[in-house]
Amino acid sequence: MSGDRRSVTRRTLGVVAAVGMGLGLVGCSSPATQLSGPPANAIAVRSTTDECSLSATTAPAGPTAFRVVNATDRPSTVAVYAADGGRVVGEVDGVGPAGTRDLTVVLTAGTYTVACTPGQSGDSIRAALTVTGATTAATGDVAELERAVTAYKVWVAAQASRLRSGTTAFVAAVRDGDLEAAKALYAPTRANWERIEPVATTFRDLDLRLDARQQDLDDVAAWTGWHRLEKALWVDGSLAGMEPVAAQLLTDTQDLVDRIDGVRLTIEQVTNVAKELVEAVASSELSGDEELYSHTDLWDFQANIDGAREAWKVVSAYVAVRDPNLTKAIELGFVDLQAELDKHRRGDGFVLYTGLSEPDIRILAAKVEALSEPLSHLTATVFS
Amino acid sequence: MSTHDVSRRRLLGAVAGGAAVAAAGLGASAVVGRSEAAAAPAAAAAIPFHGEHQAGITTHPQDQLCVMAYDVITTDPREIALLMKRWTEAARLLTAGQPVGPGGAVKGNRVAPPDDTGEALGLPASGLTLTVGYGPSLFDRRFGFAAQRPPLLEPLPRFAGDEIDPAISNGDIVIQACANDAQVAVHAVRQLTRLGVGVVNPRWAQRGFAPTSGLDPEGGTPRNLQGFKDGTHNLDVLDPGMTAQHLWASADDGVSWMDGGTYLVSRRIRMLVETWDRSSLEEQEEVIGRHKGTGAPLGATDEHATPDFRAVGPNGAALIATNSHLRLAHPDHNGGARLLRRGYSFSDGIDRLGRLDAGLFFLAFQRDPSAQFIPIMRRMSKTDRLMEYIRHESSALWACPPGVSESGYWGDTLFA
Repeated sequence: MSGDRRSVTRRTLGVVAAVGMGLGLVGCSSPATQLSGPPANAIAVRSTTDECSLSATTAPAGPTAFRVVNATDRPSTVAVYAADGGRVVGEVDGVGPAGTRDLTVVLTAGTYTVACTPGQSGDSIRAALTVTGATTAATGDVAELERAVTAYKVWVAAQASRLRSGTTAFVAAVRDGDLEAAKALYAPTRANWERIEPVATTFRDLDLRLDARQQDLDDVAAWTGWHRLEKALWVDGSLAGMEPVAAQLLTDTQDLVDRIDGVRLTIEQVTNVAKELVEAVASSELSGDEELYSHTDLWDFQANIDGAREAWKVVSAYVAVRDPNLTKAIELGFVDLQAELDKHRRGDGFVLYTGLSEPDIRILAAKVEALSEPLSHLTATVFS
Repeated sequence: MSTHDVSRRRLLGAVAGGAAVAAAGLGASAVVGRSEAAAAPAAAAAIPFHGEHQAGITTHPQDQLCVMAYDVITTDPREIALLMKRWTEAARLLTAGQPVGPGGAVKGNRVAPPDDTGEALGLPASGLTLTVGYGPSLFDRRFGFAAQRPPLLEPLPRFAGDEIDPAISNGDIVIQACANDAQVAVHAVRQLTRLGVGVVNPRWAQRGFAPTSGLDPEGGTPRNLQGFKDGTHNLDVLDPGMTAQHLWASADDGVSWMDGGTYLVSRRIRMLVETWDRSSLEEQEEVIGRHKGTGAPLGATDEHATPDFRAVGPNGAALIATNSHLRLAHPDHNGGARLLRRGYSFSDGIDRLGRLDAGLFFLAFQRDPSAQFIPIMRRMSKTDRLMEYIRHESSALWACPPGVSESGYWGDTLFA
């Protein structure tokens, strides 16, 4: 009855949707830009064989986002020059054919030249850009946010790597037909997935293969991944025929690790990750719909909160000076929610979802809401 | 900036609308009992029960909904036809604003329970329409109707992400009651249920509401509980070509008793409103593909503007996203298939987690579900970003027989 389609759709949404705010802080390779979608207020730079067109020829001073689209069949370079002659303010080099990249630079009032160089050599095609008004953000801001993105990215990669080693052990247990060992590894290993779920689920094909629940699909014959094995372990009590599913799980996990290695994140993705992870708790774990057979939902709960806290941590100092009240509300929300969740710890893990009473669930839900609400203002605060 | 425009327009609308409301109020008392040809009759007026098609389908949507689905519990198929006759008699009275039964609410035998339960005494017809439909299960082996089952009346398939609760899905018979007064709609269903005792048993029910139409100074497209205008590009019921093509079943479709009837899909669509409310305005508009304020397609300013699906945003991506609800539900992307949507909002208290149990009770009429609702839904269920914020909790498909003549009864083309 309850639960939404969670990761397979919901958390994917978060990151894809996240990007509307614009301000890609780092140059993005084209796979990443496909994930991230359009920064709404970015200036589109379109490099064709005979044109370097800008979607806007004026911009307010401050961080200015460009989205570079290479509409030629050769690599192209786009650079932003200051009016004082020749000084390169920012550049994206070697944008692939039909590729897209983001560039954000901090511009003060003045005139600038955007130069496209199709084929990366020969004469460039130029377009003028006028920047007006006082600079609203210091150069340091962009650097600070860039550091936040990098720190978060490093953390995500570490989780992905732990997911791979955990999955390797889990798959070995499945292959050995060792039900008890596989069951013991299931929840702790999945926690690594749950911590980074909004990033992992940007790869929709992998998300469907790794994390679909039966009800997420209309073709049940195509069901693979964690939850297929969860059902085998807890409902069927047999791993017969599960070897190909296990092998696929490992292959897809390796694929995931590789793709995460190449992903470029933007600051708004990071800030939205925090919100999306808490929303994931609200929509899946709280209704016991995430782990329908093992009932290990609280492991996922904790992992989602850990992931959200990490994303919050990398921007908290930045936000603290801009909105101390929001900071206080978020900090308090994490502490309160964790205290409530800690009441259900048992040994290395948690009670099963089926061991929670209705009042337990209700109070957890209220604490999740109390954290989710201030987190929903995080992105807007970072971009204010 | 656009919010400004909206509030300005609303303000202007409200000034003009004040007079409109006053006029409508006067009209309501004056018009009762007279003929009503207008698309949106006065709130208290009666809607004709008889006609080529059942009322409550192309009728301008009333403010209140009460749907009840029933299981047939008798084993005698003749009982079903007799019930249809009793229900039709009652429906004639109810839709005219009259109590049911010879004794009505207070004029019968004083030592017997009243024929009519009485809560609508003194209330006008209030635009009440009663519409009947038959589920696929009515045509199973129990009653001998299997040969008459329309091939299109197949139980709906499972769609990706469906979280259907069988207890509030399907059924043998459905009654849709719509009125401008909730008490009138509920009263009508209550009388029919009472008349059905021993023959049919209630299976599930749903109450729904719309913004009270007379109170919107602009008389515009109503908003759903996500705050967006819902139904902007609905099937034009005043266009006979459109209704013939998309709405009314025809004898040419292969089932003669359904000539002039239609198929109804009902789905309880829970909205995860708390999560929706925490998403940014920008995200909400991207998900829907429309501006929240005006209801206009993204990139346009007029609600009824034709969406420009080829428009490209400043970044080179489609302005109306490829996974937006507007694009995926639009006839242009569904081989021209369209539905007559006639859904109502619901808000049924809170769930066990303390969240609003609210959403849209989706009702859509169509000529051929296999070519209309099913392919549209299949596509949406896999790609529509809106699916993240909603949950389909119930499902049913109904064959609504044609309208009733003055001497006929509901389903007479099937049961006679």
